[in-house]
Formats: sequence, structure tokens, C-alpha cells
Amino acid sequence: MLIIEDLKVEVQGKTILEHIDLEVPPGKTYILFGPNGSGKTSLLMAIMGFSGYKVVKGKICFKGEDITNLPINERARMGIGMSFQRPPSIDGVKVRDILKICGAKDDEVNELASNVHFLEFMDRDVNVGFSGGEIKRSELLQLMAQSPDLLLFDEPESGVDLENISLIGNAINYLLKGISQGKREYCTYKERSTRKRSGLIITHTGHILNYVDADMANVLYNGRIACQGNPREILRGISVHGYGECIRCLNNCNK
Amino acid sequence: MSKQLQQIDVEKFIHEGGEHPYIDDLNQIPADDQQRMILAGIDVSEEERSGTYIQEDHSVVHCKTRQDGLEVLDINTALERYEWLRDYMWRAVNPDTDEFTRMANHISHYGYFIRALPGARSLYPVQACLYLKTENLSQNVHNIVIADEGSELHIITGCSTSKDLSAGLHIGISEFYVKKGAKLSFTMIHNWSEGVVVRPRSITVVEEDAQFINNFIILNPVKSLQMYPTTYMEGPRGVVRYNSILVTPPGSHVDAGGRVYLRKEGCRAEIISRTITTGGHIIARGHLIGEVPGIRAHLECKGLILGDGVIHAIPELEGRSEGLEMSHEAAVGRIAQEEIEYLMARGLSEEEATSVIVRGFLNVDIQGLPPQLQKEIDKAIQKGEKEFF
Ligand SMILES: Nc1ncnc2c1ncn2[C@@H]1O[C@H](COP(=O)(O)OP(=O)(O)OP(=O)(O)O)[C@@H](O)[C@H]1O
Ligand SMILES: [Mg+2]
Repeated sequence: MLIIEDLKVEVQGKTILEHIDLEVPPGKTYILFGPNGSGKTSLLMAIMGFSGYKVVKGKICFKGEDITNLPINERARMGIGMSFQRPPSIDGVKVRDILKICGAKDDEVNELASNVHFLEFMDRDVNVGFSGGEIKRSELLQLMAQSPDLLLFDEPESGVDLENISLIGNAINYLLKGISQGKREYCTYKERSTRKRSGLIITHTGHILNYVDADMANVLYNGRIACQGNPREILRGISVHGYGECIRCLNNCNK
Repeated sequence: MSKQLQQIDVEKFIHEGGEHPYIDDLNQIPADDQQRMILAGIDVSEEERSGTYIQEDHSVVHCKTRQDGLEVLDINTALERYEWLRDYMWRAVNPDTDEFTRMANHISHYGYFIRALPGARSLYPVQACLYLKTENLSQNVHNIVIADEGSELHIITGCSTSKDLSAGLHIGISEFYVKKGAKLSFTMIHNWSEGVVVRPRSITVVEEDAQFINNFIILNPVKSLQMYPTTYMEGPRGVVRYNSILVTPPGSHVDAGGRVYLRKEGCRAEIISRTITTGGHIIARGHLIGEVPGIRAHLECKGLILGDGVIHAIPELEGRSEGLEMSHEAAVGRIAQEEIEYLMARGLSEEEATSVIVRGFLNVDIQGLPPQLQKEIDKAIQKGEKEFF
């Protein structure tokens, strides 16, 4: 689904990511760990094609096509969707409007919103004055309307309260499985267990692992992928030894 | 074009002629003119209006009140009918303010008188249209609006010209009196043409516990428009809001804003403007003068430059006492790339994203306005955008 080869990304002339190789196969969900400032957000922004994140080397392929130089909206149209860590506010554009932009039909908008308890925000300006948790739900809702094949989540659960975390966790799970919220009670076990969509989820806490079956985790350290492995094992490793271990891994790799 | 206002030679415009017959049914207005009026917010069906006043050049072509408790007249008839009205003429506006007020004092061509009697509430807005039809004409009107004690009055004024008019001058003297506990909203939509010079001169007097909401929208070309409508809050606990939405294409020069004197305890005022230039010159002014402790006032001035134009924001706060709260927020620039790209990530092309953001930028929710009127304003902006973007 997504193949990244030897990617090097610069932000304002400074190298932020280097030697990134990453493959997310169809139907698989990958986790991305890494300390603050290690480049996780930058990697997702580069995959999405944001102009501040300049690919100076390597390439990004999606569904077999080289998308390294495609404009953002064409990547979106091909089926990449992203939930942002810090989305901009847009004055005068209502949540209702942006959901339609994302592809929701008039009569779907309210149903989608009620899934993540967001009905009362439909006539608010997008992200204007939203709390941290509200931003997460708004982002998720937009992805639900977009229904992409590759879902990029940038810390979807950070700062979310205990009650909402299961709401968000489950919504992400269903989104990854391509099951629309309304239908989930009726679908068969087989439908539930066969995933076509792929995911890449940035998390610090790993709470999302309680809701989503993740196949693999990568640790980003200082702009490089330090290691790869079972998500729970890596999470355990990080919580016991901290990211300090990654330095050793990186050194080993480079030897 | 020079950055300063061009000198306007009032003498070169014609003050005679411009007579037109009275029209009973607005549908008899030629389709072209109707279209121009509709773009200025006029409802030709009159269904959702509590009264209508239409003046073309120097003639009152239609004048009707449709609700008890309200009154819509031309100013000459009103002055004949009400002796006391003379006290209100030139009470708020000083006829010696400038050459335009002097001109209007010297030669005047009607104007409207709109009043809500004590306690009356307009179900629908009253509409007034000031229309320029004849080339090179000067239309000097004098309007008086009185919202009597405890009344609620909503007015939409549409100012426009016939489609191919290449030159004209509009001078509008307006005096608004918002009495104790009354609520007046005045929404002015301008739809001029490239060669027209416009000089409104408006003063509002707001009494205790009264509210005045002034909305001004101009989305289409005008040669030169300059105004600085001013409100004096003479009673305690008044609320005043000025909202302006200004768009200038190349060749347009608009110098507009609002000024509010907060003179009594508990008064609140807000001036909000959204300006876009696609090549024209905008001077967006705002001036709040707080004279007593405890007043609150806020000014917000946002501008987008989408072409070779100029936006000159001049927000002024003038505190003349201790213990008052005044603030302002001003920003002029281009659309944030981040916002465009965010919408692109949702599937829009760059152009589509830009136009969504521009539309959002102009989409101001005006507090205290009845939903129906807000809808009218949204509609006017949508129509204007279609013509424009
Ligand atoms: N626009 C920018 N201008 C300057 N530096 C930037 C910019 N964007 C990112 N960076 C820098 O790039 C590095 C990686 O940032 P990034 O946001 O990708 O980190 P992250 O791994 O997502 O961190 P966090 O866990 O805190 O979200 C940081 O040092 C950051 O300061
Ligand atoms: Mg980040």
C-alpha cells in the first residue's frame, strides 16, 4: 500500500528525516513511536505532501505509484487521509461544511457526527476554540467522512479523557476495518476480520493498542528509524528502558 | 492611483432632472434595474418586508408601509406632516462638516424617513433603495431614522446604479436616533459601479439601554467611497456594533470604518471588519473612544490581500478615563498556506481551498441580528461572490 524508500526530508533547509525505509502493506496497521521532536509528524506531513516538508532524496509510493511529487489533493484523492496533531483553525468554515468537503453527503453528516458525540459542534468554525480532545474528535470525524484507504493518525488519543478514549479507539478500529459506524452491529465476523485498509498511527502512550490490532511498530529516533518489531514489546521496552536504548540500536545498525 | 483620496469636484455633477414616474408594483421596474437592486439586497416581491422606499435619482418612485407601528415616508412628506421632525434635521450631523454636507444642505433630493413607534417591533425588515440611473447626476439625500422607546426596527438599505452608468455622485446624510430601550439594526449593501463617487455622512445617537447594529457590505467596484459613520452613546448600558465587509477590485478606493463614543457607564461597543482587496485600495478605520470607567470596547480588523491592492488598517483606541477595557486585534496578510493545504488534504484543489477560505473569511456571524436578517446578508454575500470570485 505504502512504500517509502531512503527518504530524506528537509524543513526550512534543515534535515529532519534521513534514510527512512518503511513499508505498510495492505490491510496492516503500523505504529510509530519516538520521542518529542524525533520527526514523526514530519514523516506524516511528507507522506501527505505538505509544502514545508521537502523531500530531497528517496521516494514515496502509494498503490504502486510514485507520489513523491504529487500535490496534496491528488494524494487525498488516491486514498490517503490524515488526522492532524495540530490542525489550523479556519474562520467562517463550519464543521458541517468541511465534512461535506471531505465527501459526506448532506444526510450523512449528522449521523457521522453523532457517532463521536459531535453534533453540537456542527455549526462551529473548524478548530476555532476547540479543546484538545475536541480537535481529536473533529479530525476523526473528517476521516470518517473521507473514508481513505491509508489512514495516518498523528497522536489521535493524546490528551483525550478516559471516557472518550474508548470512543475514539473504537472509531479508529472501525475506520481501519472499513466498517461504517452505522453498520457495525450487522456485519459478519468475516467482514470484521478482513481488513483492506492500512494505518500508520503515531502514539506516545500506546493506549490505542487496546483498541486496534497493530501489526508492527517502528521507532523513530532523531530522524531515523531505529528499530522495528512487535508493538507491545517495543512499548514495553520504551517504558522500561526509555528511548536511550534506541541510540544503542541505531549505533548497532550503523556498524 | 494615488494613495490619497482624489479631490472630488462636486460642481461637475448635475443636480437637475433625473425625474422618474411613480411605480405601484415593483415588478414594473425594468428587469435590468431589478437585478441591480436585488444584488443590493432589495426584495422586489416585498413579501418579507415591513415597508419599502425606493428612490431613483431625484424621484421617490415607491414608498409603502406594510406594518402597523412602523412608518416609511419620503423626508419631504414627513417634514410637512410632522412639525417636530425639524428638530431632528441636522441635529446629529453638522451641515458644515465638509463640502458634501454643505452641498446636501444646499441642494437636497428627498431621502427617507423611517420610524418605529414606541414598543413597535418590525416583523420583517424595512427596505430602502437609493438608485442612480442618469449619467453624471448628483443624488443628495437626507435620511432620518427614529427607533422610538422600546421599539425594534430592522432596516436594509440597498444602494445601486443602473448597469452601465459611468459616472455619478451619491451624497447621503443619515441621522439615526435610537431611543431608550430600543433596538435598531441598519444593514447597508452597496452595489455601485466603477465610475461612482459615494459620500455617506451618518451619525447615530444611542440612548440608555438601547442597541444599534450597523452592517455595511460592499463587494463590487466603486470609484471612490469615503465615510466614517459615528455613534454617540449618550445613555448608560447601550450596545453598539459595527460590522463591515469590504471587497475592492482594481480601481476601487474605499475608505470606511466606524467610530463610537462610549460616554456613559455600562456601554459596550464592538467594531469588526473583514476586508479583501483583489487590486483596489482599502483604508479600514475604526475608532473607539471610551470616556467613562467600566465601559468595554473591542475592535477587530482583518484583511486579506489577494492581488496587487493595498489594505491600510487604522484601528484606534482612545481611553479617556480610568477603569475601562478596550482592546483591538488587527491582521493584514495573505491566506495562510497551512489552511489551504489542510483543505487540500481533505480533497480540494488549491483554487477550491482558497475560495472556501475566502468565503469563510467573509462569513461573519453578526451577534444580535435576527436569523432571517443574517440569512439576507449571507445571501447578498453569496450573490456578490458569484459576480466576483
Ligand atoms: N516548520 C518547522 N520549522 C522549524 N522546525 C521544524 C518545523 N517543523 C518541524 N520542525 C522540527 O523538526 C523536528 C521534528 O518535528 P516533528 O514535529 O516531526 O516531531 P514529532 O516527532 O512529531 O514530535 P512530537 O512527539 O513532539 O509531536 C523538531 O525538532 C521540530 O522542531
Ligand atoms: Mg508530532
